[in-house]
Amino acid sequence: MMFRRRTDLQLAADPAGRFLPSVMAVMVFLGTLSFAGAIVLDQAMQSWSRSIEGTLTVQVGDMKAPDSAARVAVAVDLLKATPGVVSATPLDKAAVDKLLEPWLGKETLATDLPIPALIDVRLARDAELDTAALGARLAQAVPGARLDDHKPWLAHMVRFARTLQWLALGIVALVGLATVALVVFATRAGLAVHNEVIEVLHLIGARDAYIAGQFQNHTRRLAILGAIVGLCLVGAVLVALAGIAANIKAPLLPKLELAPRHWLMLAGIAVLAVALATLTARITVMRTLKKMM
Amino acid sequence: MVRFQNVGMRYGIGPEVLRDISFELAPGSFHFLTGPSGAGKTSLLKLLYLARRPSRGLITMFNHDLSTTPRDKLPDLRRRIGVVFQDFRLLDHLSALDNVALPLRIAGANEAQVVEHVTELLQWVGLHDQIHARPPTLSGGEKQRVAIARAVIGHPQLLLADEPTGNVDPDMGMRLMHLLLELNKTGTTVVIATHDQHLIESFNRPRLRLDDGELVLAPGLAA
Repeated sequence: MMFRRRTDLQLAADPAGRFLPSVMAVMVFLGTLSFAGAIVLDQAMQSWSRSIEGTLTVQVGDMKAPDSAARVAVAVDLLKATPGVVSATPLDKAAVDKLLEPWLGKETLATDLPIPALIDVRLARDAELDTAALGARLAQAVPGARLDDHKPWLAHMVRFARTLQWLALGIVALVGLATVALVVFATRAGLAVHNEVIEVLHLIGARDAYIAGQFQNHTRRLAILGAIVGLCLVGAVLVALAGIAANIKAPLLPKLELAPRHWLMLAGIAVLAVALATLTARITVMRTLKKMM
Repeated sequence: MVRFQNVGMRYGIGPEVLRDISFELAPGSFHFLTGPSGAGKTSLLKLLYLARRPSRGLITMFNHDLSTTPRDKLPDLRRRIGVVFQDFRLLDHLSALDNVALPLRIAGANEAQVVEHVTELLQWVGLHDQIHARPPTLSGGEKQRVAIARAVIGHPQLLLADEPTGNVDPDMGMRLMHLLLELNKTGTTVVIATHDQHLIESFNRPRLRLDDGELVLAPGLAA
């Protein structure tokens, strides 16, 4: 004759345990969503860094000045003679207008507003260029010329993105702490409800680990259920957001598409949440039972 | 087997419910524990089945001084003790079979043997038709038999029973007493707490008598 699956403690009927899957679902949703945000920001930072890597921009006074072409030619010659520079291409007015139009508007560009002449500089891969020294030489050769390696702009963006990333990871940690508090509460409530049965089990020879095992298995089952729901919700939200973001034409907007390894990382967060809940239940029971005879 | 030396016990900061209790139970002995209600029988049993520690005095069980026995060693000692609680303390959501099987499963016994032994014992105590019944559906007498079966299934070295025949008819009471006597013959030390004078007189066994928390009668103690 075979026994059906049974537990000595009737934990499934506990009121405190009933809300655990739904709260775990919310916790896993918030935790994985925050972590996904951190991943997206990381991708954005890499993308921004890639987009300016190996490029410099040189500004040479007002484009409309009579000696502008000559000044640009001097600067281009100097740049081309610099080791590590692959190309130095002056941008014509149409190209400069195209760059400035989104910021200044067509009407403003049509006025006598001084527009700098720009030279797009491409560097060789792995070029070790001293941009400060090059900038100084340019300024000496062509007074008013200014070299921009975009790094200050990128540094600001990266600093901001890093702050957001830490914030997202902080939310993940807070969600973890809240999960621990929730499981401790539910487990203590369960211990109080089943105090008499636990005493009987002790008196017939059960070790603390035997009783803790029942609580941890029960908590794990509920946590897995909640984690699956939370993970499905976050998957749906991320796919929807990626669809919306794909229709927005903004080059700086980070891509919301996650690679398979990122999805695995999100699943890893859910697995960690389940492990955290299970371990918390075990430790809570073991610590409480230690106070009993 | 069991030795109490000047043992006292109190609940919290209340008065002592047991005072200066000293006695010894030899291996394989059979004792009745008697005394009026409130004399301290249940408290003495609680000390014996390791549910409480004494407030003072020395208890030695299975050659272990309980005052120095670490908490994590207590389960090993408890597995050598079978207890029939006065209120049975069965697990209501488990079947009679699962209730009786608990001590074996907790000790990690082979599942096939567990089922075989438990079924056999439940048949012996007349519960073959109630094997899968849950305690709330059983009568008081049936619950008592399940409780006794749970206490004896692991063949304990010490069996403690609090009014084990209180809820069954005289015939079944005798049958259960004979089960306990059979167990005693195989070497189990038995202590039965009871008010039942007829039972005590039917089985001429040594008595431990408590009165107002003091042991007034024990083998070797002047009455």
